[in-house]
Amino acid sequence: MSFTKGKRLLVVFAGGIFGLFGAALVKLGNPPNMGVCIACFLRDIAGALGLHRAAPVQYMRPEILGLVLGAFGAALATKEFRVVGGANAFTRFILGILAMIGMLIFLGCPVRALLRLAGGDLNALLGLAGLVAGVAMGVWFLNKGFTLGRAMPQKKVNGYLFPALITIFLLLLVLQTPFLFFSKEGPGAQHAPVLISLGAGVLVGVLAQRSRLCMVGGIRDFILFRDAHLLYGFFALLGAALAANLILGSFKPGFAGQPVAHTDGLWNFLGMALAGWSVTLLGGCPLRQLVAAGEGNTDCAATVLGLLVGAALAHNLGLAASPKGVPAAGQAAVLVGLLATFFIAYFNSHALLAKSPQQGVGPDAKGS
Amino acid sequence: MQKEVDARGLLCPEPVLLAKRELEKMSSGTLRVLVSTAAARENITRLAESKGWKVEAAAQGEDIILTLTK
Repeated sequence: MSFTKGKRLLVVFAGGIFGLFGAALVKLGNPPNMGVCIACFLRDIAGALGLHRAAPVQYMRPEILGLVLGAFGAALATKEFRVVGGANAFTRFILGILAMIGMLIFLGCPVRALLRLAGGDLNALLGLAGLVAGVAMGVWFLNKGFTLGRAMPQKKVNGYLFPALITIFLLLLVLQTPFLFFSKEGPGAQHAPVLISLGAGVLVGVLAQRSRLCMVGGIRDFILFRDAHLLYGFFALLGAALAANLILGSFKPGFAGQPVAHTDGLWNFLGMALAGWSVTLLGGCPLRQLVAAGEGNTDCAATVLGLLVGAALAHNLGLAASPKGVPAAGQAAVLVGLLATFFIAYFNSHALLAKSPQQGVGPDAKGS
Repeated sequence: MQKEVDARGLLCPEPVLLAKRELEKMSSGTLRVLVSTAAARENITRLAESKGWKVEAAAQGEDIILTLTK
């Protein structure tokens, strides 16, 4: 049993450190209530690469680069680096796009939802409620036999491609390559010193890899198995960030006027419901996808590309929310996204397909 | 008769779900579960131990074989 207790301590530690960094990085220059946000920072990276041209949100965020490299290093060091893939990478790519659109309607990933709440942004409560609802939808389909299939071992080189790409991004940042886009103002222009951001990312990457920290995994496992293990990490992150914000005087409770946030509760809820549902089908939150891609899972690398493309689409097509609210196109995109997620979930669920209209005609049902 | 679940190459929570479905059909005995990630090993170990099963893990090539007994 000490095995389980040790692991619990690790997941609490990982969540707690992450929460502290979330609060501290804001003080060091990152945007308010956005010390770390996987969705926003991938959106900034998409901008830095010119995949979208939204001038205020372009920066090669070292936190994300460090996170992947930290997870990669930890996986190598513990011999957990395993190159696998081939489990519906394209479907994962599409789900990544949908998840990102949902998160950019809410303006944050599950990590930022907690950091926003820890900063007093009560709009995050609607987002978190949506997240739980979305995860519950995903769990319902998992219970109906949803699967995107089995990943098979692949040649080692294919697993090194993603960390290599991230290393190139890091070099481009360090060398200040002129063809990268960097915001002059707006959230993209607000950032902590590169080395501190990178170091924080590496440490969180190592801890997340070792502890399997996952923001939706906690909610999912609690609904599925009443297993609260990963929820300890979830609440440790919230608690640590809240305590740090209280000490730093950064806790300002309310709905209106919160930084990089809007007050449209319905769309906060629905955006995160879309995100929660799609990432539950993907097997983990955006943080977990980055870590798994660093561990050699090429399907998760495809998911990360989907997240990047989703961010690019959200800004190029004017879907993303802003502090002014959620554009009509963004609202439509969420509804289309929910419908698309439903179709993907339904048609990949064994038990639902077995109950098709021809019930009783085919071979004997296996039971459940 | 030893039962076996092959959960290799599956992402969370599928390995745990597969193992749980088998365990629910058994009151005692031995179940072997094949997994390919340490995360799956830990998750199944946690579930099985919480239900009173004893878990032993052994490497099998790059995969891990878990033996659950009660």
